[in-house]
Amino acid sequence: MISEILLIILAGAPLAGALIAGLARKQVGRAGAAAIAILSVALSFALSCVVFYQLVWGGAPVFNHNVYTWLEVGKLTIGIGFLVDRLTAIMLVTVTFVSLMVHIYTIGYMRDDPGFQRFFAYIALFTFSMLTLVIANNFLQLFVGWELVGLVSYLLIGFWFERPSANFAALKAFIVNRVGDMGFILGIACVLYAFHTLDYSAVFAQAPTLAGRTIDVAGVHPFSLATLICLLLFVGAMGKSAQVPLHVWLPDSMEGPTPISALIHAATMVTAGIFMVARMSPLYEMSPTALSVVLIVGATGAFFMGLVGIVQNDIKRVIAYSTLSQLGYMVAALGVSAYAAGIFHLMTHAFFKALLFLGAGSVIIAMHHEQDMRRMGGLRKYMPITYATMWVGTLALCAAPGFSGFFSKDTIIDAVGQAHIFGSTYAYWCVLLGVFVTALYSFRLLYMTFHGKERFKVVGHGHGRVEGGPHTKSTSDDPHHAHNPGELEHPPKESPWVVTVPLVLLAVPSVMIGWVTIKPLLYGDWFGKSIFVLPAHDVLAKLGHEFHGTLPMFWFSFWSAPFLIAFAGFLVATYVYLFNPAIADRAARMFLPVFKMLTRKYWVDEVYYNLFARGGVKLGRAFWKGGDAGTFDGAVNGAAFVTERSSRVFRRLQTGFLYHYAFAMIVGLILLLGGLWYWGLR
Amino acid sequence: MTTWPILSVLIWLPCLGAILVLLAGNARPRLARWLSLAFTVITFAISLWMLFQYHEGPGGFQMQEKLRWIPGINTSYHLGVDGIAVALIVLTAFVSILVVAGAWEVIKDRVHQYMAAMLVLDGLLIGVFCAMDALLFYLFFEAILIPMFFLIGAWGGPRRVYATLKFFIYTFFGSIFYLIGLLYMYHRAGTFDLPTLWNFPFTMQEQSWLFFSFLIAFAVKTPMVPVHTWLPDAHVEAPTGGSVILAAIMLKVGTYGFIRFSLPILPDASQHFAWLIIVLSLIAIIYIGYVALVQPDMKKLVAYSSIAHMGFVTLGMFIVYMLARQLHDIQMAQLGVQGAVVQMISHGFVSGALFTCIGVMYDRLHTREISAYGGLAKVMPWFAAFWVLFAMANTGLPGTSGFVGEFMVILSSFTANPWIALFAAYSLIIGAGYTLWLIKRIVWGTAPTQKAASMPEINTREGLVLGAFAVAVLAMGVWPWPLMHLMDSSVAQLVTHLMTSKV
Repeated sequence: MISEILLIILAGAPLAGALIAGLARKQVGRAGAAAIAILSVALSFALSCVVFYQLVWGGAPVFNHNVYTWLEVGKLTIGIGFLVDRLTAIMLVTVTFVSLMVHIYTIGYMRDDPGFQRFFAYIALFTFSMLTLVIANNFLQLFVGWELVGLVSYLLIGFWFERPSANFAALKAFIVNRVGDMGFILGIACVLYAFHTLDYSAVFAQAPTLAGRTIDVAGVHPFSLATLICLLLFVGAMGKSAQVPLHVWLPDSMEGPTPISALIHAATMVTAGIFMVARMSPLYEMSPTALSVVLIVGATGAFFMGLVGIVQNDIKRVIAYSTLSQLGYMVAALGVSAYAAGIFHLMTHAFFKALLFLGAGSVIIAMHHEQDMRRMGGLRKYMPITYATMWVGTLALCAAPGFSGFFSKDTIIDAVGQAHIFGSTYAYWCVLLGVFVTALYSFRLLYMTFHGKERFKVVGHGHGRVEGGPHTKSTSDDPHHAHNPGELEHPPKESPWVVTVPLVLLAVPSVMIGWVTIKPLLYGDWFGKSIFVLPAHDVLAKLGHEFHGTLPMFWFSFWSAPFLIAFAGFLVATYVYLFNPAIADRAARMFLPVFKMLTRKYWVDEVYYNLFARGGVKLGRAFWKGGDAGTFDGAVNGAAFVTERSSRVFRRLQTGFLYHYAFAMIVGLILLLGGLWYWGLR
Repeated sequence: MTTWPILSVLIWLPCLGAILVLLAGNARPRLARWLSLAFTVITFAISLWMLFQYHEGPGGFQMQEKLRWIPGINTSYHLGVDGIAVALIVLTAFVSILVVAGAWEVIKDRVHQYMAAMLVLDGLLIGVFCAMDALLFYLFFEAILIPMFFLIGAWGGPRRVYATLKFFIYTFFGSIFYLIGLLYMYHRAGTFDLPTLWNFPFTMQEQSWLFFSFLIAFAVKTPMVPVHTWLPDAHVEAPTGGSVILAAIMLKVGTYGFIRFSLPILPDASQHFAWLIIVLSLIAIIYIGYVALVQPDMKKLVAYSSIAHMGFVTLGMFIVYMLARQLHDIQMAQLGVQGAVVQMISHGFVSGALFTCIGVMYDRLHTREISAYGGLAKVMPWFAAFWVLFAMANTGLPGTSGFVGEFMVILSSFTANPWIALFAAYSLIIGAGYTLWLIKRIVWGTAPTQKAASMPEINTREGLVLGAFAVAVLAMGVWPWPLMHLMDSSVAQLVTHLMTSKV
C-alpha cells in the first residue's frame, strides 16, 4: 500500500541528496556528491514505480492526506500533503525516470566543470521541487513547487555565472515566469474567494457550483467566475510552460548546461503547466471560454514557434523551438478537453525530447562545445550511437508511424479536428500544418549535424591548451573557445558510456511506449476520477469509437493527412538540406521579409526588452528623480528651507524689549477673547 | 499569571545592561562586547520564557502589570502582551543579539557607547510592544529616537548630520500631531489607559481628526508614501547595526501603532479612510518598486524595498474594513490582518539579513555602490549563497518567510476587490526585478576590480549571524503555523472588536 512515510521518502530523498551534495561539498567530494544525488533520485524513481504499481495493479485507493498544517487562520487551514492518484503517478514515474537519466548523463557531461557538485545539488533540488508540485493536494503546495522549480531553473540557466549572457537569460527567465506566477497567485486567490478552501478535493467537489456564478471585476458587467479562475491560472501555465506570449524565456534558457535543457526546459518543468491544467480539469470544464483561449494559445505556439525553429542554426535552439511547438500541441489538447491526450503527449515528449537534447549534448561534447550546426556535418561516422538514437528521437518527434510521438500527436490532431468550440478550426489548421514544420526543422537538424560534408577542420596543433583540469573548462559551452570557429583539436569521437547509456535507455520508450499505453491511457478510463471531462466535451470518447487497436491505427496512418504532410516535410528537408543545400540560401533571399521575421523571432524580444526592461528602468528613474527626490523630498527640504528663512525673519521679532512683548501679548489676548466671545455667541 | 514582572524585566534588563556596559568604559571594548552579548542573550532567553508562558488559546492581554504612575493625570505604568506583541518582542530580542554579534569587531570606536545604545534600543522597543497605556507608549515611542539619533550621528557615514537631522525632525514632526491627538483623547476619556480608550465611544468627527493625527505619526514611522524620504537617507548613513534595527524593528513600531491605536480606537474613521491607506499602500508597492529598481546604492535599494514591503502590512491592516464590515467576511479579514503581522515579522528577518549582508560587504570594500562589486559567487561562495537566499526571501519565494505574509494579504485582498489584489501582486514582478537585478550585478558575473576579487570569505562570526537569520527565514517559510497559532486568537479578537461601530 501507499503510505505517508513512503511518499515522504519519495519526495524528500532528492532534497536530502541536494543538501548533502551542496552543503557538505568538502566532506563528500566530487564522486560522493554525484553518487549521493544519483542514489537519492534512483530511490525516488524506485518508489515512484512502487506507487505506480500499487495504484494500477495493486488496487491501492487514491491517497489524499495532509502531512502537516502550514497555515491556520480562523477556520481556514491549508496543509502540506499528498494527493496520489494515477495522474500523479504517471508524472512521478516520468519525472524521476528522466531525472535519473539526466543525473547519470551529467557525470559525463559536466566531468571537467568546477561546479560539478553544485550542479548535482541543483538538479537534485529540482527533482524535489518538481515532485512537490506534482504530489500536491492543494493550491498552496502547488504554488510552492511551482515557484521552487522556477528558482532552480533560474539557478541552472545562470549556472555559468561568469557569462553575462547566462546571467541575463536567468534573470529574464525568472521575471517572465513571475509574470505568469502573478496570474497564478491571483487565480489561487480567486479559488479561495469562490470556494473558501484551497484543498483540491474540496474545490473539485464544489466545482459544479461555479455554473452561473459571476464576479464583478470591471464594474461594467459581471464576469463568469469559472472563466476568471481558469484564465488566471492559465496565465501561470503560460509562464511555466512557455506559451505565447510568455514564451520568450525558453529559447534563452539554452544558456544553461545541456543536461538541464533536457530535464527542466524540455521534459519536466515546462510541462508543469500542462499537468496543472489537467489537474484542474473539473474547473476548466466549467468554462468553454477559457478552453477556447487555451486552445488558441496552444495552437498558435504549435505552429508559429515551430516556424522559428526552421531558421535557427544553434543546435540547442532548434530543439528549444521544437519544445515550444510541442508544448503548444499539449496545450491545444487541453483546450479541446482531451486532457488525457495532453498528458500522454507530455509523457512521450519527455522521453524523446530528453533524448534529443542529450543527443545534442553528446554532439556538443564531441565538437568541443561548438553548437553552431553550420560548423558540423557528417558526424554519423564518428558517433554511431548518438547518431542512431538521434534518428529515433527525430522520428518520434515527427510522429513517424509506430513511434511514441505518433500515437500521442496524431491523437491530439484528431481530437482538435473533432472539437467544435470557438477557435477549433484555426487550431486544427495550426496543428496540422505544424506537422510539416516539425518534420522540416527536425530533419534539417539531423542532416546538418550528421549527414553531408564535414564543415569543420581538425587542426591538431599539439597540446597548447591543457585539457581537463578543474579550471580550463569553467565556461564549457563557451562559444568563444580558444580555437577559431570550425576548427577542432581532435577529431570528434563518440561520447563515454555514461552519456550513451542514457541515450539508449531513453530511445527505448521513445519507440515503444506508445504501443502499450495508448489504449489504456486514452480510451480506457485509466485516469478515473483524476481527470474530469463533461460528456459534451469528450472528444476522446468520440475518437475511441473509431479506435480499433494500435495496429490498425498504425496501418491506417499511412493514408492520413498528418502523415502525408509530415512526409512532405521530410521530403522537402531531405531535398533541401541533404542534396541541394544552395536552395535554402536562395529561398531565404527570395522570402527575405519572412526569413527576417523568423530570425528575429517576430521581434517579440526586442519589443519586450525596450518596453518592459528599458521602459521599467526609465520609469524608475523618472519616479526617483521626479517623484522621490523631486516632489516628496523637495517638499520636505523646501519646508526646512522655508523654516530656516522665516526664522531669520522671525528672529527680528525677538527684540528683547519688554514693551514689544507686552504689546504682542495684549493683541493676542484681545484676539483670543474676541474669538471666544464670537464663537460663544453663536 | 506569573509571579514576577516578566515584561518589566524584559524592558529594563537591557537598560541596566547598558549602564553596566557604559561603566566598562572605552578602555575595555572586549568586556563591553561580551557584556552586551550576555545581556541580549539573557533578554532573548527571557522573551522565550514569556513566549512559553503565553497561552494562545484564550488570547487577550496576559502577564499584565499595572502600577500607578502619575495619579494626577490618571496614567499608569500598564504593561501587557497579546499574541502579536509576543511575536514582535521575541523578534526584537532575537535581532538584538545578531546586531551585537554583527558589530563585534566592526565597531572599533567607542564600543561601549555603541553597545549601550543598542541595549537601550532593545529595551525601549520591547517597551513599545508591551505598553498598554497611551502615554507610556508615547514615551517609549519617542525615546527610541534618542539612541537611534546617536547611532546614526556618531557612527554614521559622511552625510550623517543631514540624515540624523532629517530623521529626527521628520519623525518628531509626526509625533507632535500624535501627542495632540493623545491629549485630546485624554481630555475626552479622562484616562490614558488603552483598554478604556478602545471602548470609548468617540464620535465620527472626533475619530476623523484623531485618525489623521495618528496617521501622520505612524505613516512617518512605517514609513508610508509620501512621507518615506527620510528612510533611505537614514539607512545610507546609519552603521550596519543601526540599519538592521531600523529596518527590522523600528519600522514595525509604526504599523504596531496602527494595530494598537487607529484600528481599535478609531474603527469608524479607519473604515472611512481605509481607501486612502489602501491607495497609499499600493503606491508604495508599485511606485517604490520602480524607484528601488534604479538605485545605484545597495542600501538605498534595500531601504526602498523595505518601504514597498511595508506597503503589504498597511494594505493587510486596512483591507480588513472592506472585508469585515462591508462584505462581512470575518475569515478573510482575519487572513488579511494575520498576513500583515506575519509580513511584519518576516520583514524583520529578511531586511535585517539583507542589511547585515550589505554591512559585510561594506566592511571589506568600504563602498555601497553596486557597480563596485561583482562575481561574489566566485569570490565568497558561502556569502553568495546567503545573499541569494535572502534575496529570494525578499522576492517572496515560497519556502521563505517573505512569501507567507504577501500570500495571505494578496489572497484576502482579492476577496475585497480583485483590482487591489492585482496591483499588490505586481510586487511579484517588480520585487523580483529589483532584487534579482541587484543579485545579477553583485553575485553573478565577474569582479570589476582586483580589490573586489580578493575579498575574504565570511568568517565564523559573520557566518553564524547570517546563519541565524537564514534559519529564521527558512523555518518561518516552511512552517509558519506556530507563529499564526500564536497570534490567531488575538487577531480574531481584534477583528471582532473592529466589527462593532462606535457611532
